[in-house]
Amino acid sequence: MRAQINRLAQGGRIDRSEHLNFRFDGEAMRGHPGDTLASALLANGVQLIGRSFKYHRPRGLMAAGGEEPNGLVRLRTGGRAEPNVRATEVALYDGLVAESQNRWPSLRFDLGAVNDRLSPLFPAGFYYKTFMWPGNMWPAYEAVIRRMAGLGRAATAADPDRYEKQYAHCDVLVVGGGPAGLAAARMAGRTGARVILADEGAEFGGALLGNDQEIDGAPGMDWVGAMAAELANSDNVRLLPRTTVAGYYDHNALTMLERVADHGPAPEPHQPRQRLWQVRAKQVVLATGALERPLVLANNDRPGVMLAGAVRGYVNRHAVRPGRRAVVFTNNDSAYGTALDLAKAGIDVAALVDLRAETPLGWVAALDDAGIEIMAGRVVSAVEGRRAVEAVRVGKLNDTGTGLVGGLGRRLDCDLLCLSGGWTPSLHLLSQSGAKLLWDEGLGCFLPGRAQQAVRVAGAANGAFSLGDCLALGAEAGNRAANDAGHRRRGRGPRHAMAGEEPALTPPLPIWKIPGDDAGKAFVDFQSDVTAADLELAAREGYRSIEHVKRYTTTGMGTDQGRTSNINALGIVARALDVPIPQVGHTMFRPPFSPVTFGALAGRRIGPLLDPVRRTPMHGWHQDNGAAFELVGQWHRPYYFPRAGEDKDQAVDREVLAARTSVAIMDATTLGKIDIQGADAAEFLNRIYINGWKGLAVSGCRYGLMLGEDGMVFDDGVTARLGPEHFHMTTTTGGAAHVLDWLESWCQTEWPELQVYCTSSTEQWAVAAICGPMARPLLAELAPDWDLSAEAFPHMTWQDGAVAGLAARVFRIGFTGELSFEINVPAGHGMALWNALMTAGQKYAITPFGTEAMHVLRAEVGFIMVGQETDGTVSPQDLGLGRMVSGKKDFLGKRSLSRAHSLRTDRPQLVGLLPQDTNLRLPEGAQLIGGADPSPPQLAMGHVTSSYRSPNLGRTFALALLHGGHERHGETIYVAFDGQAVRAEVTAPRFLDPGARAK
Amino acid sequence: MLLLDCPWCGPRSEEEFACGGEGHIARPLNSENMDDAAWGDYVFMRSNHKGVYFERWRHGLGCGRWFNIARSTISHEILAIYHVGDAKPELPE
Repeated sequence: MRAQINRLAQGGRIDRSEHLNFRFDGEAMRGHPGDTLASALLANGVQLIGRSFKYHRPRGLMAAGGEEPNGLVRLRTGGRAEPNVRATEVALYDGLVAESQNRWPSLRFDLGAVNDRLSPLFPAGFYYKTFMWPGNMWPAYEAVIRRMAGLGRAATAADPDRYEKQYAHCDVLVVGGGPAGLAAARMAGRTGARVILADEGAEFGGALLGNDQEIDGAPGMDWVGAMAAELANSDNVRLLPRTTVAGYYDHNALTMLERVADHGPAPEPHQPRQRLWQVRAKQVVLATGALERPLVLANNDRPGVMLAGAVRGYVNRHAVRPGRRAVVFTNNDSAYGTALDLAKAGIDVAALVDLRAETPLGWVAALDDAGIEIMAGRVVSAVEGRRAVEAVRVGKLNDTGTGLVGGLGRRLDCDLLCLSGGWTPSLHLLSQSGAKLLWDEGLGCFLPGRAQQAVRVAGAANGAFSLGDCLALGAEAGNRAANDAGHRRRGRGPRHAMAGEEPALTPPLPIWKIPGDDAGKAFVDFQSDVTAADLELAAREGYRSIEHVKRYTTTGMGTDQGRTSNINALGIVARALDVPIPQVGHTMFRPPFSPVTFGALAGRRIGPLLDPVRRTPMHGWHQDNGAAFELVGQWHRPYYFPRAGEDKDQAVDREVLAARTSVAIMDATTLGKIDIQGADAAEFLNRIYINGWKGLAVSGCRYGLMLGEDGMVFDDGVTARLGPEHFHMTTTTGGAAHVLDWLESWCQTEWPELQVYCTSSTEQWAVAAICGPMARPLLAELAPDWDLSAEAFPHMTWQDGAVAGLAARVFRIGFTGELSFEINVPAGHGMALWNALMTAGQKYAITPFGTEAMHVLRAEVGFIMVGQETDGTVSPQDLGLGRMVSGKKDFLGKRSLSRAHSLRTDRPQLVGLLPQDTNLRLPEGAQLIGGADPSPPQLAMGHVTSSYRSPNLGRTFALALLHGGHERHGETIYVAFDGQAVRAEVTAPRFLDPGARAK
Repeated sequence: MLLLDCPWCGPRSEEEFACGGEGHIARPLNSENMDDAAWGDYVFMRSNHKGVYFERWRHGLGCGRWFNIARSTISHEILAIYHVGDAKPELPE
């Protein structure tokens, strides 16, 4: 067991009475409740936590929150393993297991570190420069790159945990539970408005968690505790700690990720691991604080270089000593507090280096009292040590801030370098909401521009860097947001919280690249391994737009979204281009602000709940009789019904033969059905379908094709006339919803004068289709009073009557070319009908068949299947159905059929194909070419659309779309697949003629 | 995620709706007399400008009704919602 050698003897918001055991890279360690994984690792003296993305340089923790670029670990094991988790955001729990990433074979000895020595090979844009030629080698390069440069490995086992989604509405959503956010939520809550307060952390308090500032004369965290208690007791306020607002979308829709159970080994049985919230807020207050930037100097990524504010937090909040002897290097006032708090905790502070010549008066005296040397107008010019900081050099800055006077300067031994390059208001969400950000020269940061949505920004996110401003302006923002949401406070408000006295601010001095040791890499984006030199190179190579520089160098493209790097990158690019920062602008921020797990995005929609399942009333019978199923849209349809010992081909052959020789039965329930009624129903169909409908007799059925306005087939089916103003339309199984939408759109928007009503009746009916020579005697047995002769009940008509004692509507239509009856009964009677047919059909060896046999049967007789022979680019003429087109009327898509492009004779046209090898089933989708040699280049002449084996023909056959195919029957063509080309004869798309059997 | 005020159902989230593209495109009645270019314009060509856009939406997972809206393609602000067949509303510049 490792000892907590860097745990301070006292202080911190940790519970020392309890020990939590955890493992990092297999080594056993301990921490306390209140620790994060990061603080516990520091307490245990772990400084090396990962290897960098590209150069595999040793890296330690730099930050304490969501901006941490280096401390990415793989958390948990097995199906619960999660890669790329920031150690700074992981609450420590007993039994936690984590391992480092991007190193092999071990963290201390990593072979990939050779990349650092080879770094001249990896300049900005090295992917584009190095791996472009020869193009066909890219897959090989990619495999190596993916192994060498990367983040963590995803789990391969299934995640055993549950994820949920929740929708919510509120008047005011406050993002961030620091002083400004708490003040805002409190004021909004006092008006009675429905308030949600979300904060990333487990505890509210924000910056107050890490410093010792006072409010109302008491420790700031006392006030935080009182506020949290008051809000928790308000019925109209919902507090969501451990909740990251990840996305800000249109019309104040926001998504939030609540980590419900990530702070323990496994969720309780009643808990999801995470919950994804979708919130619609009338008003939003962003109190998202500010993020500290590092300073860009040589070797600023060595373990032991940390952000000054983070160091302060580790000392005060976690009672951790991040180093034994510190140098603090800053360009602004905030790091003075770090230096003081380090000294208070008994940590030696070698010096505070301020690159400003003018130091903040309010702080200087306090540092003098603490015996901390202030080195003004100076910079840390070099960092020594490879695996860890061993010393720094402090040099004197020249007057222009571009170089040193007198070399690298004095050497100071230290193992901790605290950097503060200023504070960046965290405006990712505001930018996502559509607002522009405006550069503020005085503060050296972007501030919110005009809001595009109902949103306000408060606190440090709005450039209010003093606690007093945060409290006052936060409260004001909360009150105004509630007012704008329609809520006003009755009576006197609460007294404003007052901060203790704070030193006046001395403006920061931005110097984007610190002069010094030229040999060392000066990192800007630590996670993506982008250096100042990379950015300068991009500028020299002609990149001007910051969006292009970002993509070329990958700066800001890591999982931290460039939180610590964006502004430094911008400053360096602006300097290299010699233009002011506002002229360079900033990159767009896009959701999510923090990574969101796939689990949370999927929620409960996984496995059997991925998509709704539709089953027919006869589904149970199909299951009991061994059907293999296929998905058609959301319908589970029998694919074929194998008997014992049969494979798919044998089963399909048997089913096909039965349909042509005896009788076969299919569950046709899934066909889309639309009930169309109204005085203008016939006129409506006339406009929808390519053929005429007004002459169709009541009791008649007709096959129709419908086109898009582009003239291309998009659905087909048989429609029956049930009455003068009443039709029963059938559609393809997969196209039903789409067709209904299509009909509705024309009824409602273009032809509101037509009296037509369309209603889906798909699920009202169960349909059994029987077909084959014995279909008539079979049905006759179950419908003894019915005259089923061809004269009394001709092809393409329908009749109502009783079948097996059930009220039925029978259509004499089919899809196989055989004598067929499609028997419709109310859905609830479907199983009874099916059983009656199966029982009575025994004497004919009635054979149930699935979709595959149906496909073979229809293809044998040349019936097209929408979605198989058509793909949105196929016209009726292409299919050889031009004769159906009515010349007497207009219909949707008609004019497109006479466009020059539609009239070309070399369009892909439907043909049959007979492969020379009568046992070869051509792959559907295979390309048609002119010769036996398939090597490229080839003129693509079409493709195979359907391909089957026919037991009736005793051979394989296919349908295809072939350029100019209508005129090429009898020719030879080659079908290319798997590096070969096989010969096939082009035929008419009809292989078998059942003669008058169907009639 | 837009919040659309369905004329029949009230404000609902975008996921209940389907966008039907640009509105106020009347189907030509004399298509047989149109040349290919003019017909192609009607079928394929849609405006894709920056600014106020008049478009059709359908409350598919609600009442099923079509309606028109005027939307800023810059801010996604909904400037007007009106019935199919109504004239384009006058909007301030």
